[in-house]
Amino acid sequence: MQPVDNPSWLTRLGDAFAWPLRTSHYLELVNPLWTTHALQARVEKVWDETADARTITLRPGRNWRSHRPGQHLRIGVPIGGMHYTRTYSISSAPEASDELITITVKAITGGRMSHHLVRNIKPGDHLPIGVPQGDFYLPDANPVQPLFISAGSGITPIISMLRSLVAQERLPDVVHLHYAPHAYDVIFGNELRALAARHPQYRLHLLYTREPGAAPTAAAAGRRHFSAEQLGEVCPDWRDRDVFACGPQGLLDALESHWDRAGLSRQLHSERFRAQVAATPAQVSSGTVRFARSGVVASSDGVVNLLRLAEDHGLNPAHGCRMGICHGCDAVLKSGCVRDLRTNAMLNEADQIVQICVCAAAGDAELEL
Amino acid sequence: MGIPSHLSAGDIEEFGREMDAIRNEVMDSRGDRDRAYILRVIRWQRSLALGGRIVMFISLLALPLSGLPYAGWPQFLVVLALGSIMLGIAKIIENMEIGHNVMHAQWDWMRDPNIQSNTWEWDNVCPSDQWKHSHNVVHHTWTNVIGKDPDIGYGVLRVTPVQHWRPKFLAQPLINFFLNILFQWGVAIHDLEVDKILEGEKSLASVRPMLRRIVWKASRQLLKDYVLWPALGALLTLPAALVLQVNPAAVALAAFLLVAGGNMFANLMRNVWSNVIIFCGHFPSGVHHFSKQDVEGETRARWYIRQLLGSANIGGGKLFHVLSGNLSHQIEHHLFPDMPSNRYPEVAPRVRALAARYRLPYNTASLTRQFGSTTWTIWRLAFPGGRIKAATA
Ligand SMILES: Cc1cc2nc3c(=O)[nH]c(=O)nc-3n(C[C@H](O)[C@H](O)[C@H](O)COP(=O)(O)OP(=O)(O)OC[C@H]3O[C@@H](n4cnc5c(N)ncnc54)[C@H](O)[C@@H]3O)c2cc1C
Ligand code: FES
Repeated sequence: MQPVDNPSWLTRLGDAFAWPLRTSHYLELVNPLWTTHALQARVEKVWDETADARTITLRPGRNWRSHRPGQHLRIGVPIGGMHYTRTYSISSAPEASDELITITVKAITGGRMSHHLVRNIKPGDHLPIGVPQGDFYLPDANPVQPLFISAGSGITPIISMLRSLVAQERLPDVVHLHYAPHAYDVIFGNELRALAARHPQYRLHLLYTREPGAAPTAAAAGRRHFSAEQLGEVCPDWRDRDVFACGPQGLLDALESHWDRAGLSRQLHSERFRAQVAATPAQVSSGTVRFARSGVVASSDGVVNLLRLAEDHGLNPAHGCRMGICHGCDAVLKSGCVRDLRTNAMLNEADQIVQICVCAAAGDAELEL
Repeated sequence: MGIPSHLSAGDIEEFGREMDAIRNEVMDSRGDRDRAYILRVIRWQRSLALGGRIVMFISLLALPLSGLPYAGWPQFLVVLALGSIMLGIAKIIENMEIGHNVMHAQWDWMRDPNIQSNTWEWDNVCPSDQWKHSHNVVHHTWTNVIGKDPDIGYGVLRVTPVQHWRPKFLAQPLINFFLNILFQWGVAIHDLEVDKILEGEKSLASVRPMLRRIVWKASRQLLKDYVLWPALGALLTLPAALVLQVNPAAVALAAFLLVAGGNMFANLMRNVWSNVIIFCGHFPSGVHHFSKQDVEGETRARWYIRQLLGSANIGGGKLFHVLSGNLSHQIEHHLFPDMPSNRYPEVAPRVRALAARYRLPYNTASLTRQFGSTTWTIWRLAFPGGRIKAATA
């Protein structure tokens, strides 16, 4: 997805032949993995982990650089002709020698991308990807005693860390709390249990939030969600550990306030799988519009078009026809939701281009203006 | 001229609503097949462009200077022409079905980061940002409004009797010829409004930044077609010349000039073709023009009517439509400029039926007819007078 900066003189010469394209656009005709103008990956394999979660094995193209366990990448997928971009944690370890990476996706009810990835994607497809990003990873140097807390698909960055530690043969003393609704919903369940059986220093606690009777450990029985007592029981030395947590908002909020109260927030590292699309309000609704570049904030009634709104607040965005024809007013929607006044279509994908003369805010929105 | 008087304000608004309904229906149904279409066209176009350049290189093997068996001028020229025509067609598709339409934001809905109107640059000396301003913003908003639409005769031609005759128009058959063969250069300097600069309405200093961008763009275009590719062709002949013991300098020079010539022919093909198609979109006889008063307080429905009356279609087959960037559906393009071009053929019959129901003209004819009447108009209007021949249904 990201173009690569600082090309060598040879690349630049080649690109001058291909102008206004790049040599890479022609290489793409032969093999999409050779491109440098846009990084792509080929789907090599798909594997169902549970009824609604699937691991997708990807072969990234030439400009890929190895990730740190815990990092994520952006993936773009065309669905119905339209690109959607979402973020997924890499679940494989960078030590894997086959130059392949995996992501593990859980289908969310009503989710556009997760459903498509879990149900429709097939080997041989090419997907645009970004390079690894994020600062949720284990420090390389100093030995840490981690406490991993994960829930649901939040296991993905954690399994990457575990796999990497095992591959490097430096698995330290680890406590791992993982929450899932039922035993059969545990993504990587068998691998985790096998790991625990093989490495005594890895202590796994699987906690089932919907079926207390089936919990394998006595300590977890009867307790469903995270609580201070539960933590004290399964990991009495939690104060001495560096915590790496990933899961739904509720869990992470609870963890943050717990570690905050203990005055240990610096030891808590968390990764939020926050949603990347704004909710679409059912009817016309007022909200706040932020014009990011100018820092202007305006309140909208949900009816006035964004061009008018910007002008009323002293901005002077480029425009032409003011009636949705010329695209002279195109602007990037950074976040939030806007409504196309012609069709009432809701536009809520981050970083998409919207025509501000024929769109009004639907709730809150942020525009690159 | 102007908006026909047989329609009441209510009729016009109803017409606009029906037009909106067609637009919304098609826009809502955009999906996988449209994406597959544009990706296929792009893939074909790039392969054809590269293929054409390779065929031109292969033609060098048949250069008589090489002394190889089968070498000879006729063989050489046929292969060179083939490569050059392939490149010319690739350039036509790149400029028209791809570039023009991508820059109209027809494909922005896909949100594909590689096919976006705001980042697309085309294989043409006109910088894409200036094109988007003069074409999308000014021409498409003010289509055929005298004094507002710079595309009425491009500031150098008199294409409707409504434009006052001046002696400079006597030269327009000649100017038209040069505009035709140098079309991309005309397009490049169009946004500068040279006519206004010459008449002192606009200062040269005010257009300097634009001029700099044109130079930036044009120099890359020229470098590619007239230095780099010819030089590569010349370089490739060197090993062969050494093996065959012919004068390497003479062969290399000939190869350089011939590849440059082949590229020039490809650019010429694109210039002539795009000029013909674009002129046939607004200048054939029967096309309406409007005054500034006509568009005061114009509603969207009236805007639709102006687009319908101000444009003309060209009939033809599927390949013809693709090669013309679907601007052969100029009417549909003007009504729905940001609709993916592959949908114009399917909305055309609906637009035509709608126009017929409201007794509005729908100007369509063969390429020969539209080009014939365009050329006749340009020749006739070089002289004073001329009759207004606005079509009626
Ligand atoms: C750093 C990071 C790493 C991530 N890693 C993974 C991963 O490894 N595996 C994985 O499956 N997902 C992961 N996600 C979440 C993923 O990016 C998508 O948000 C998720 O797949 C839903 O996308 P969608 O298109 O299916 O849903 P959308 O169409 O975007 O949303 C549909 C509805 O679901 C709600 N929704 C969206 N996401 C969530 C969520 N996470 N929890 C609750 N409700 C939600 C939306 O508000 C909306 O109402 C990660 C997110 C981030 C930010
Ligand atoms: S100003 Fe022309 S589309 Fe918005």
